[in-house]
Amino acid sequence: MRKVLLPSLIIIAASLLVMRVFYLQIIDDSFKLKSDNNAIKKQYDYPERGYIYDRYGKLLVANQASYDIMVIPREIKEDLNVSEFCTLLNITKEDYDKRIAKAKVYSPRLPSVFLPQLNKSEFAAFQEKIRKYEGFYFQKRSLRDYEVDYGANIFGFITQVNERLIAKNPYYNSGDLIGQQGVEQNYEEVLRGIKGVKYIQKDKYNREIGSYKDGKYDTIAVAGEDINLTIDSELQKYGEELMINKRGGIVAIEPKSGEILALVTAPSYDPGILVGRQRSKNYTLLYHDSIAKPLYDRGLLAEYPPGSPFKILTGLVALQEGVINEQTTFMCHHGFSYGRGRFMKCHGFGPHQLHNGIYNSCNTYFAQAYMLTINKYANPAKAVDVWSNHIKSFGLGQFMGYDLPIGKRGNVPTSKTYKKIYPNGGWRSTTIVSNSIGQGEVLMTPIQLANMMATVANQGYYYTPHIIKKIEGKKIDPKFTEKHVTTIDQKYFPPVISGLFDVYNLGTARALRVEGIDICGKTGTAENFAKINGKRTQLKDHSIFVAFAPKDNPKIAIAIMIENGGFGATVAGPIASLMIEKYLRKKISRTDLEIRVLNKSLVSEYAKLGGMTAASAIESTPKDSVMKAKMLKQPKVEVKKVPLDTTQEN
Amino acid sequence: MKNQSIKNNIDWISVFIYTALVILGWLNIYSSSLLSTDGTYQKQLIFIGCTIPLIFIVLFVDGKFYEKYASIIFGVSLLSLAGLFLFGKTIAGQRCWYAIGSFTIQPSEFAKAATSLALAKYLSDTQINLKDVNRQVQALAIVFLPVLLILPQPDPGSALIYSIFIVVLYREGLPSWYVWTGFITILLFVLTLVLEPYAVILIALGVLIIIHFKGRAVDRNIILSGILLAIISAFVLSVDYVFDHIFKQHHRDRFNILLGKTVDMKGIGYNTNQSEIAIGSGGWIGKGFLEGTQTKGGFVPEQHTDYIFTTVGEEWGFAGSIVVIALFVGLLLRVIYLAERQKTKFSRVYGYCVAGILFTHFFVNIAMVIGIFPTIGVPLPFFSYGGSGLWGFTILLFIFLKMDANKVNEW
Repeated sequence: MRKVLLPSLIIIAASLLVMRVFYLQIIDDSFKLKSDNNAIKKQYDYPERGYIYDRYGKLLVANQASYDIMVIPREIKEDLNVSEFCTLLNITKEDYDKRIAKAKVYSPRLPSVFLPQLNKSEFAAFQEKIRKYEGFYFQKRSLRDYEVDYGANIFGFITQVNERLIAKNPYYNSGDLIGQQGVEQNYEEVLRGIKGVKYIQKDKYNREIGSYKDGKYDTIAVAGEDINLTIDSELQKYGEELMINKRGGIVAIEPKSGEILALVTAPSYDPGILVGRQRSKNYTLLYHDSIAKPLYDRGLLAEYPPGSPFKILTGLVALQEGVINEQTTFMCHHGFSYGRGRFMKCHGFGPHQLHNGIYNSCNTYFAQAYMLTINKYANPAKAVDVWSNHIKSFGLGQFMGYDLPIGKRGNVPTSKTYKKIYPNGGWRSTTIVSNSIGQGEVLMTPIQLANMMATVANQGYYYTPHIIKKIEGKKIDPKFTEKHVTTIDQKYFPPVISGLFDVYNLGTARALRVEGIDICGKTGTAENFAKINGKRTQLKDHSIFVAFAPKDNPKIAIAIMIENGGFGATVAGPIASLMIEKYLRKKISRTDLEIRVLNKSLVSEYAKLGGMTAASAIESTPKDSVMKAKMLKQPKVEVKKVPLDTTQEN
Repeated sequence: MKNQSIKNNIDWISVFIYTALVILGWLNIYSSSLLSTDGTYQKQLIFIGCTIPLIFIVLFVDGKFYEKYASIIFGVSLLSLAGLFLFGKTIAGQRCWYAIGSFTIQPSEFAKAATSLALAKYLSDTQINLKDVNRQVQALAIVFLPVLLILPQPDPGSALIYSIFIVVLYREGLPSWYVWTGFITILLFVLTLVLEPYAVILIALGVLIIIHFKGRAVDRNIILSGILLAIISAFVLSVDYVFDHIFKQHHRDRFNILLGKTVDMKGIGYNTNQSEIAIGSGGWIGKGFLEGTQTKGGFVPEQHTDYIFTTVGEEWGFAGSIVVIALFVGLLLRVIYLAERQKTKFSRVYGYCVAGILFTHFFVNIAMVIGIFPTIGVPLPFFSYGGSGLWGFTILLFIFLKMDANKVNEW
């Protein structure tokens, strides 16, 4: 059948071609992407990031123009006056050669960044002459411009996205900027807006030859939205100044709304140093300060046993469970014996009821009340869980759901906790009695303490603390307007509040009264240990203070934690009084307290841990001249200071 | 006399497919050269315009003319090929054009038709019997004469086309071992490049042993098998040697790309890689006419000539590719069908030559573009840019259509 050969060859060959074409066009879908990479360039139009205002509308964070000098190496003219060029940009000849060489390696034909992020003044001189230098041009970018030198922990900062995030979130491309930490991270999508994109057809030399499909797929950039924070910027600033030469955190909340009025961590840094050309250098400095930890937000992250402030909850739970009433009396003999010959120390003496139990902070009273609570149930496991549920209804032992990207749960023990610690059982109320005075397994962060005080101030409910006040044109998350009611009846709060009020009249905070403001508060201390020269050493206690004011119709609840500050009333207490007065009256009458606090330096205490290093030292003097004048000369402490580069002005 | 007019007797199916291919070809040339400024698609339009008088001339020449003057046409064609060595113009290292003003003409595009005529003429002699070794040598000589002139230009692509004449000769009685030898040679060649030479020899040994014991006892001939194995081994080893030592690097690379051995996509692999990307990105229905991003960006080199099929693939997708392939297959089978019903041996052989030449071009070109054949310069008939090519193929086809239309007069 000689006739069949050629037709058969044709059919076989054609089938082969069809199969291969089918494979290329239908089965293997990698070509579509390769084609787009080849021929389509996406050009992005970045919208301006939204501004950040405080609760009263004061501008805190804006944007500034910054200029990248770009270069297309092939277009540079031979006769370019390099020395003049370098003088204008304030770089050396070697630097110039290095940067040009780098750009050439990338591509002689394509633009690359020659000198990034010049600010207006650095750029001004060059701008006039840029036309003289062929091959060079500039690209305007928008950077953060901080109007204030505080609140760094609240704002967070802007950085380039990392590879991991690019892989996870298709919105971002290499080189894009993204908010990190603070509200910049939490409200990233609101603040950043949506970038516009233009599709551009390229040819094989990578040159642009027009818009792709006449811009059919192009999108227009949507500007970022402005936001108002709940922060009172004056209070925030004042808080940070009071924390100079101390480490710790302050959290102030408006009880009626859950709005965070101030969120202070110390040491902190000027947010402006993380902008512009010095950003990465300064960030490295901050990041590597592992002792003072300026990037660690103590207000949100520092977990400690709360100490005496926890007695408030012990009392409330005992009242709710009906094991005590206001008249129940326990005798205190500078402490009391319990269990098999164990003794809990107390500074108090004599009969204690709820009222003086609170203002004297009597350990004996609250330990007894707690044991009665636990012993109410035959089974201690059941009892602990009942108690635990009451405590958790104050928002403790869990992430609170506030709108900042970091946090700690704290800890509220349950029966499970103790089953783990005592797998053979045999634990009872006496075993866990230290919970009553906030020294057992209970852990709390400053924001949880502040929220606890807000709940007490509200007599039994709270709103999830939050930092967003208003988003331009949008509603804030409805979860922030949802009331959380505790398991404690409202009627049990007034006696406790009256006890807290008398802390200022008869108790530990007598010296901290502010004329005309009824403050309710409670001191506390938290023991802490550190490894020094390999030995576990007990350090000076952390100073804790919680308060709210005014007693009737409370406007501010506050928690203060000072690392190694000693007894609560010495450092933390005065700060509470000053912050409350500042917020309610906008001015300070207790100037004696103010001077005391400003000049209280714990630097020598911290020096035991290795001393304050460079980054944290930047906040050791206030920039405000009024405040500066109030500070006395500090005794010299041996601290290694590395000057911070703060060329970026704002 | 029955109705003698060309209009009534010409095979309109072939004419329709031809027209469709030319129009589609021009649309794709238009798209791929839209952004270039050297007037490519305008010129192609002129070339297409010129085919109309050309077709009329071919059709109205007396039907006996081609048979009568086949030898002279062949002689002139050979002279024009030989003349290239003296008067030819060198473009991109190939000396295969005559330059007349700004136009160039490529005689090898016309030599195929001339060779077909000569071969048809030779075989149509009733005395010719291809079982005769002398006749075989003479027939093959007609085919290899132009090849000898084309190869040194160098134009291996055009030379390759002539291998299809083996299939034509087989149809006319050439012993089948020619075809088998050709087939096995190609198979061994490819296997040697893919596998190690000794592996190929082992496989050959295995196959021979199986044939030896499966076959009838009377056919067993140890000596013949041994000789066969020796020849195969010698061939395999020499292929290996030639590939490694005689071939230039760029020849080796062309094969290595197909075998997946070379991955330098910026250098030698660029063409094939880019053309696969362009075709592969077409998907089911393509990006649309004038919307091909690879085409617009000029990523595929020689896109309007040898790589014109990439534009089809990118802008018209799988659907468009199928249509083009189907049109070609339709035309080829139609020509073979017409050839088989010819009443003279001359026109039958010629028809076979036409189908064979068009088929080889069609297959080698598309196979190269989609990366299953080494890079070799062969245009896609009626599609690729170029006057000589278009005219050569038009003349080739329409001479046959004239013969076919004329058959009613051959009584």
